[in-house]
Amino acid sequence: MPLQGGVSTPASSCPVAKNHFPSPLNMTDKTNTKILLVDDEPNILVVLEFLVKKEGYQAFKAENGEQALLTMASQAPHIVVLDVMMPGMDGFEVARKIRANTRYDDTRIIFLTAKGTQEDRFKGYATGGEVYITKPFDNDELINTINEVVEFG
Amino acid sequence: MDAGIIILISIAYVAFLFLIAYLAEKREKAGRSLVNNSVIYSLSLAVYCTAWTYYGSVGRAATSGLGFLPTYIGPAIVAPLWWVLLKKVIVISKSQRITSIADFISSRYGKSTWLGVIATLIAVFGIIPYISIQLKAISTSFDLLATKQGALYLHAEIPFYLDSALYIAIALAVFTILFGTRNLDPNERHEGLVAAIAFESILKLMAFLMVGFFVTFWIYDGFGSIFRKAMSNPELSRLFSLEETNINGWEWFWLSFLSMSAVLLLPRQFHVSVVENTNPNHVGKASWLFPLYLLLINIFVLPIAIAGLDQFPAGAVEPDSFVLSLPLAHNKEILALFVGLGGFSAATSMVIVAVIALSIMIGNNLVLPLLLRTQAFHEEQYINLNVRLLGIRRISIIVVLLLAYGYFKAVGEQYTLVSVGLISFTAITQFVPAVLGGIYWKRATKKGALWGLLAGFGIWAYTLPLPTMVETGVLPIQFIDHGPFGIELLKPHQLFGLTGASHITQAAFWSLTANTVIYFFVSLFTSQSPLEVSQADLFVDIYKYRKGSTDYDVMRRQAMVKDIRILLNRFLGEPRGNLLLNAYENSQRIDLAQQKVAGADLVNYAETHLAGAIGAASAKIIIGSITKEEPISLEEMFKVLEQTKEIIQYSKALERKSAELERTTKQLKEANERLKELDRLKADFITTVTHELRTPITSIKALSKIIKETPNLPEEQKQEFLTIVVSESERLTRLINQVLDLEKIQSGPENRTLAPIDFAAVTERAYSGLRQLMRDRNIRHELMIEHQPLKVKGNNDRLTQVVVNLISNAIKFSKEGNGAITVHLCQDGQMAVLKVQDNGKGIQPKDQKLIFEKFTQLSDEDRGKPKGSGLGLFITHSIVAQHGGNIHVESQPEMGATFIVEIPIWTEKSQ
Repeated sequence: MPLQGGVSTPASSCPVAKNHFPSPLNMTDKTNTKILLVDDEPNILVVLEFLVKKEGYQAFKAENGEQALLTMASQAPHIVVLDVMMPGMDGFEVARKIRANTRYDDTRIIFLTAKGTQEDRFKGYATGGEVYITKPFDNDELINTINEVVEFG
Repeated sequence: MDAGIIILISIAYVAFLFLIAYLAEKREKAGRSLVNNSVIYSLSLAVYCTAWTYYGSVGRAATSGLGFLPTYIGPAIVAPLWWVLLKKVIVISKSQRITSIADFISSRYGKSTWLGVIATLIAVFGIIPYISIQLKAISTSFDLLATKQGALYLHAEIPFYLDSALYIAIALAVFTILFGTRNLDPNERHEGLVAAIAFESILKLMAFLMVGFFVTFWIYDGFGSIFRKAMSNPELSRLFSLEETNINGWEWFWLSFLSMSAVLLLPRQFHVSVVENTNPNHVGKASWLFPLYLLLINIFVLPIAIAGLDQFPAGAVEPDSFVLSLPLAHNKEILALFVGLGGFSAATSMVIVAVIALSIMIGNNLVLPLLLRTQAFHEEQYINLNVRLLGIRRISIIVVLLLAYGYFKAVGEQYTLVSVGLISFTAITQFVPAVLGGIYWKRATKKGALWGLLAGFGIWAYTLPLPTMVETGVLPIQFIDHGPFGIELLKPHQLFGLTGASHITQAAFWSLTANTVIYFFVSLFTSQSPLEVSQADLFVDIYKYRKGSTDYDVMRRQAMVKDIRILLNRFLGEPRGNLLLNAYENSQRIDLAQQKVAGADLVNYAETHLAGAIGAASAKIIIGSITKEEPISLEEMFKVLEQTKEIIQYSKALERKSAELERTTKQLKEANERLKELDRLKADFITTVTHELRTPITSIKALSKIIKETPNLPEEQKQEFLTIVVSESERLTRLINQVLDLEKIQSGPENRTLAPIDFAAVTERAYSGLRQLMRDRNIRHELMIEHQPLKVKGNNDRLTQVVVNLISNAIKFSKEGNGAITVHLCQDGQMAVLKVQDNGKGIQPKDQKLIFEKFTQLSDEDRGKPKGSGLGLFITHSIVAQHGGNIHVESQPEMGATFIVEIPIWTEKSQ
């Protein structure tokens, strides 16, 4: 399974948020890997939590941007799975705030969103996301992507 | 001083004037004109200053102080306007070869013979009193110089053949004939005359300044001393006070106005300023040089008046002759002689120019047109008309001067110079409406000018010269005191009960008012002949025509070349006639010998040149006698007018079209904006709907796969997931239904299903359905129904949808954690009114209309992510509209929003 989108920004005119070269996570123990799931749809959170926990990761949930940032502060998760269209602060804004904080330099952001246009994709990468997956997603594909990010950064 | 010497000196002076005139004409012939410059032009304008100024101003000042001034203030005020006004008159007159003020008026109003006659009569009768005062001044000064004690006798009481004034009049007539009628100039220009007049202007100014200096610096010690003297004497000091001069603002205004008009329209002023003008641009310099001349000649008026009153016992010397009496009293005979000569020059220049101007008018506008009407005149083919015209003029010169003498003998002695002069000014002012209107108002008609002039002249004659006849015994004194036949309202000096004004002012006021009003209204209610139309056009728009062709054809005329040649030779003399035709041949590059018939162009050319010699009206008649004259037929006139009208209509249509285009462009632009906006809304809508579709599908797909691929899934968890799948499927269905609803609502009203239903019940049902949700979200909620049942005509499901939508919206947007919703139903007149109120963030005023449009969702910053398709309120709005109702929102930011729906009540009648 190729790395979707890759960790580097695709060759495009889209601006890169800032110099961001995270070191590989190289997490060997999945149970120590924390994943923050952010989505305003409770049903989707149910699905995501089930899939991630089944794979053996630690899962945290947030229903909006503010909650997500609070959880970031308390748990410092390794990976954030982030929805874009949310009430209040949207996903891009959350990503920007995370990237603005050097504490989270090693945190990987995976956008998981219904917004599927090329433009949105670029915006996702520009704001500091590593991967961009559109809804509806394939369960295996999502898990494989998370695994790859965990293993290879 | 011996009378013989005085006569000799006078004759020598006149001879010297002839010399000047001779030299000037010689230089003119040599092409080195002496008078073609603005200084000479300005000096010739100073013919305005006559014996009235020279002797009369001092007389006036001695009785009414500053009262002599308006006569000079008027021209000074109007002088700056000359650049516009006088210049236009000059340009018009040059292009039309106009020879006098009467000719000007006649020419403007269709070359009317009658108007020319009336204007000439006004000018002649108006000016005769003025000429008479010059005779008086000359004879008085002659008597003074000869005897040192003023008049030896009353002119009225001696037989005319012993009266010096008569011989002065005759001498002046001879002098004028020699000056003005030696030959017939086709343009009525007399450079010799102008040069002599200019010289006389210098002489009279110098003489007056000299006597002024003598009085001020010889008899007294300068202005200071003379005015101190005056101040110490209460009789004299009143002369400097405006209040004491008995001349109020009303009088000042009228006297200034009279002189303003006179300086342009007096026949002699018109003659020097317009007819003798060599270059219209000289007006510019004249408009300040001439007022300067007036200033200079007025400087010593008051000092001389004061000195006269101071030196002579009251009543001993006529104030009008102070100028001469003062040097005589101090035995300065040479100075007195020079001063007398100055007065003589002031009087002669006026008489010569005025009488020449009048003789031109009488010849061209009065006698010739009448002669031309007699058959006999046309039969005398071989008489040299050139000579006959000169004869007419010479006779008219003699007649005018004899009339002036007669007036002087009858009434002249009882009045001061100024009071008689003002009578003339008032007569001449009657020309103001016809001339001013003539050059600025195209609509003015001949009849308007004719009746206006007649009315003004009639009132003038009745109020001013007629009462002076009382002095002669022709009329009883009761005429002045009690009006004709005892009718007080018609008293000539208090006409129509106007009291408190001087004779002059009230006469000027009534005559000019009647003249102007009649001129204006008769013009409005009468029409113009084709020739009047074209002349009006030429006069008003002279600058437009001057550049282009000179002939503005309303007549298509033809004449035999031979006839034209004969006419020109008859009236202008053979050399001049041939010269003109040769000039025409050269300019048109044609040979007239080869042509038998002359076209309109040559006919017009001949007429214009004839007009220069004999006036426009006469020229028209003469040319008419040899032409086959076809005035452009009415039909053709209409055709021209029609074309003009068409052009106007066309341009109006163009204007309309361009306005229409502009409007259309604007509409298109708006439509385009609207389309763009719709496009944007549609794109947003698709994004929203896609998102809304993807979200449930995501859950459904993921959970189904989990259930399918996880065989050992706990039953409990399996149930939970399946519930979610079902609920999300329902969500999908709802969404699809909404989109379909929208389609349905948009595709047409559902009139067939409308029936009387209870809106209260509908509201209650919808509210109950959402109560649980409100409880779950901790929203305080309240339902108030004031009338039950509340029947409206409607569709049950649709109205339910409206209420559900509104309450759902309220739930969505009420304050998080502390929400409150009120649903209120009542009746207001013929309407059922439903209000749904929340306590959320409210809606910005700019959005309050927008939210009812399709696909509109309020932006994220304001409201957070809207939960919905953006169709809810649009659907609600559409349903309400289909029920004949309306919906709007009342809201202030942060204060919640209230949606108000009004649906018409159902009644038996409405069924």
